[in-house]
Amino acid sequence: MGRIGALALQGDFELHIKMLRRAGVEAVEIRTPAQLDSVSGLVIPGGESTTVSRLMRRYGLDKAIRDRYLSGSLAVYGTCMGMILVCSDTEGDHDLAQFGFIDATVERNAYGPQVESFESDIVIDSVNGSGPMRFRAVFIRAPKVTRVGDGVKILASHSGAPALISQGLCLAGNFHPELTDDWRLHKYFLDEFAARIGD
Amino acid sequence: MEEKGTMRVKIGLAEMLKGGVIMDVTTPEQALIAAEAGAAAVMALERVPADIRRDGGVARMADPNVIDGIIKALKEKKYEVPVMAKARIGHFVEAQILEAMGVDFVDESEVLTPADEHFHIDKHKFKVPFVCGARNLGEALRRIGEGAAMIRTKGEAGSGDVVEAVRHMRAVTGDIRRLTQLPDEELMTEAKNLGAPYDLVKYVKENGKLPVPNFAAGGIATPADAALMMMLGAEAVFVGSGIFKSEDPASRAKAIVDAVTHYRDPKVLAEVSRGLKGAMRGLDVSKMDEKDLLQTRGW
Repeated sequence: MGRIGALALQGDFELHIKMLRRAGVEAVEIRTPAQLDSVSGLVIPGGESTTVSRLMRRYGLDKAIRDRYLSGSLAVYGTCMGMILVCSDTEGDHDLAQFGFIDATVERNAYGPQVESFESDIVIDSVNGSGPMRFRAVFIRAPKVTRVGDGVKILASHSGAPALISQGLCLAGNFHPELTDDWRLHKYFLDEFAARIGD
Repeated sequence: MEEKGTMRVKIGLAEMLKGGVIMDVTTPEQALIAAEAGAAAVMALERVPADIRRDGGVARMADPNVIDGIIKALKEKKYEVPVMAKARIGHFVEAQILEAMGVDFVDESEVLTPADEHFHIDKHKFKVPFVCGARNLGEALRRIGEGAAMIRTKGEAGSGDVVEAVRHMRAVTGDIRRLTQLPDEELMTEAKNLGAPYDLVKYVKENGKLPVPNFAAGGIATPADAALMMMLGAEAVFVGSGIFKSEDPASRAKAIVDAVTHYRDPKVLAEVSRGLKGAMRGLDVSKMDEKDLLQTRGW
């Protein structure tokens, strides 16, 4: 497997890089389209969706990521803000650089202000054929998935809403594994998504 | 099963702000300009530090109407940026009010007039996370011991002079580097000398960093200032008076956001610094009277 990048415009990308390295892969920060050429997978971290949308557009990264994904040469894992950006639309009308890699609608900041942010155990369906996996999920001003299209797999849910979903070469969750010491989901992304990209 | 207000959840929001710019705003219009420019969060205030300094008198928590107006304006325009607000040092009731209003982060700030000269707020008692200013490692660890989820340099707020933020960031990172070299038997004496909790001193020695994100604030006025603070080890930047006391806030705000993302790339920094209208005029901190300094508030 080639190198994996973390989109490093704004947000908690450093924590993702640490997790990817622990999961046994070379991981680098991505700030320009040229840097994207060297990776076969991309993690889009938590952060501010308006900030990151503006910076992606300004430096042409939105187009570069979309082109690479649609050509089948890039796997993508989005957490929290990353999930918002890989889905197709949001409740309400936002001027965000959404990719639509997953046919789903999300509501941003659906749980209210920061005092409503929380952590909770969730159960993830059979990852790596290992049977259901209990996972400590940290939700920070999290988005909520309010609709999924037919081709979307729901891998975990919390209080009735999908928390981890996938479609094609894209994985997305509204919680932050990178805020814990548990790198099993990063490993899952490497094994089941990034590994499908030919070198 | 579902736990709110844990340290992990509080620090989690600080982590999400990394690599971003937190901008002081005093009106709904300014908040929208900041959000449009790509602010990672806004700090809702009645007056920016430069005006607080000019006006004198007692500076207190903002009128809830000012904060609500900013929260509402952002929501109406579908911006979901977190909103911070300031409480006076030691004024836990102002902090309770801000928490009840649904503010996302409370800044226990030396920019406001301290309410208590001996005790800071017990921040563990709150679900809302706190950021506190620090001039050195001991002060940073005392605030973290009290429950702060983020540390920022104090700098010299409202001066437009970055020299104090640089001094404080170098003091913190220099002391961290020094700690990592100490043998274990010296840590208790070090804790005594720093005036910091022993377990946090040990954490810093073992990890080479603070247990919470470390941001820069106080006197940052240009894209180059912001990038300088990032190069010195800041993980994000607060800009107070520097944006809305300048001649073209929207362009300057965008330029500072770009500079914080691309702080290691001088070509991008040259590009975004080009043709910005006047920066805030500022005050030379070395010519200021000791009694006019805000950074000496708190301990």
